[in-house]
Amino acid sequence: MTVPASVTELTAALAGQRYLTDASLATVLFLGLRLGKPVLLEGDAGVGKTEVAKALAAALGRKLIRLQCYEGLDVTSALYEWDFAKQMLEVRLAEGGGDARADLYSERFLRRRPLLEALAPDPAGPPVLLIDELDRTDEPFEAFLLELLSDFQVTIPEYGTVRAAAPPIVILTSNRTREIHDAIKRRCLYHWIGYPSAERELAILAARAPEVPAALAAQIVGFVQRLRASDLFKLPGVAETLDWGHALVALGSVELDPATVEATLGVLLKYQDDLARITGDRVRALTDAARTGAP
Amino acid sequence: MSDAEARGRPAPTGARLAANVTHFVRLLRRAGLRLGPGDALDAQRAVAAIDATVRDEFYWALHAVLVRRASEHELFDEAFRLFWRDPMGAHSALALLLPQMKTPINRSVSRRLSEAWRPPAPPSPPPPTAPAPRIDTFLAYSSDEVLRHRDFDQLSAEELDRARALVRRLELDVRPLVTRRTRPDARGREIDRARTVRTALARGGALLELRRRRRLTRPPTVVALCDISGSMGRYSEMVLRFLHTLLAHRGRGHVFVFATRLTNVTRALRQRDVDLALARCGAEVGDWSSGTRLTACLREFNRAWSRRVLGQGAVVLLVTDGLDRDDPGELGAEVARLRRSCRRLIWLNPLLRYAGFEPRAGGVRALLPNVDEHRPVHDLDSLDALAAALAAGAPRR
Repeated sequence: MTVPASVTELTAALAGQRYLTDASLATVLFLGLRLGKPVLLEGDAGVGKTEVAKALAAALGRKLIRLQCYEGLDVTSALYEWDFAKQMLEVRLAEGGGDARADLYSERFLRRRPLLEALAPDPAGPPVLLIDELDRTDEPFEAFLLELLSDFQVTIPEYGTVRAAAPPIVILTSNRTREIHDAIKRRCLYHWIGYPSAERELAILAARAPEVPAALAAQIVGFVQRLRASDLFKLPGVAETLDWGHALVALGSVELDPATVEATLGVLLKYQDDLARITGDRVRALTDAARTGAP
Repeated sequence: MSDAEARGRPAPTGARLAANVTHFVRLLRRAGLRLGPGDALDAQRAVAAIDATVRDEFYWALHAVLVRRASEHELFDEAFRLFWRDPMGAHSALALLLPQMKTPINRSVSRRLSEAWRPPAPPSPPPPTAPAPRIDTFLAYSSDEVLRHRDFDQLSAEELDRARALVRRLELDVRPLVTRRTRPDARGREIDRARTVRTALARGGALLELRRRRRLTRPPTVVALCDISGSMGRYSEMVLRFLHTLLAHRGRGHVFVFATRLTNVTRALRQRDVDLALARCGAEVGDWSSGTRLTACLREFNRAWSRRVLGQGAVVLLVTDGLDRDDPGELGAEVARLRRSCRRLIWLNPLLRYAGFEPRAGGVRALLPNVDEHRPVHDLDSLDALAAALAAGAPRR
């Protein structure tokens, strides 16, 4: 598929992949595609940052290349590595045969890692490059990335310069465990993904977990939305809502009741002090509110 | 310098001008700008290249050569106004400017300028321009010895200046973290395969020797939560200076201050000039010296910031006297949460100076069992001890 011509078109294409965006996110993504700029998505865990890239790649019919970041990520795991064993074997073979050695630093011995992969030409069009959880890397890698994002070319000393014929579509995500350097932020279009409204969350649940009966889905969303209004250390994300939907269906629930909610609360809340805060009475109140739809 | 009769005139000419330019550069250097003899020469050339009788031209010519950062502009501006109005007698006027501030708000750079103006004292303390050798403790001059054991609270303005200069010179060593990055090292633990192959190729393909590498280390991030409420008095300012030094030396670090609200002042403190940095802090905060809401501020930090700044093995310095009127139980819970989300939690407490200090206040009792370390922070020695503690590194939890 070609690049969508409008925000509406892009929203529809993503919806086709069962990813429901709101207008602001769709606009940022559209501008990213249009202007050829990377998009930096920040937001709490479980709001669908990584899913965006997957849905976008599928909607455009492009390859998705994912680079999962961690502290100390370096060139050998992010960009390329020489296949040491193969090279040594080649040396031995050449010695045995007595003929001139093949070039040990050629394509054949190059192991492409995600970033180099993303620069390679692709008949389907430039791939979607997802640089996930950028905040987990460290400054040296950020500096390197900055260079890559500005001209989409890298130089491998023994091999030469690799330049992308068409720059990939870049999505960066961050959980904000560290502030991303300003220089990177300046290169990117920035968007903060918040928690969805009740209507949108209901639509997401319907799209992603169609086996959940409509009445139960409405109660689930009502409960989670109210839970997010309380004072918690870690609010449940959309991913948790979907997990909970699956869990309740697996338990055969058709509507929420305090006992089941209490038994499955660990799907939504992942911190002991949060669980301690939402106990019997609070669960009952929230459940009743979710069932009656009262504010 | 000859007796300058240049009052009111923008610039004298000839040899006296050259001498005055040299003095001016020296003054700026004493006030903390990094200028070498080469810069003095450049200043002379710049002044020679323009019409020195036009004040603006003269000003900007010197500015162009001597100011390298936006943050130095203010200092230069003030120095220029004072010096060229009266190259010799300005320090008497400056002496009157010595502020007697209780808080770091709106302190101007003039205090440092006045330090620079003072005729150099007889040799005992080194002038603040002496390049600091790399040492891990404060310089121990005899007169400093006296300084080191007195509380900041009782220092005269001049002594406080000295103490600040000492804090500025403090070099910090923090026990490093091992990273995943490597560098070549003949005695390293890991085999560097890429370099081994390259070496082998250079020798014609025979695998004669293995190349090795070792892991690099980096200092851990320091995140400081500094209480600036009234009871902390001048300690918070000293600690902020200490933290300014810390941030200047290493890229990673965050500083928060709190009294009734929590404010992230990292960006303000990143300003190179320590006085300007503190002034900026003051402008950002706005609740210096009001009451403490320790529990509420810690909760806010845990909710809004801890995940953002405590990643990657941070050491947390909690600077507070622990005097809090909130419920001790809740305070304990928040501190425990903070401790669980960092590598080490060090509590710096100015009240520890009293030999008879007993943890009687509820807040203190709530804090004590939930921190890794409890240390005093009331005189230079304790900052020294802190630097040593950060260097030594306690066993990891």
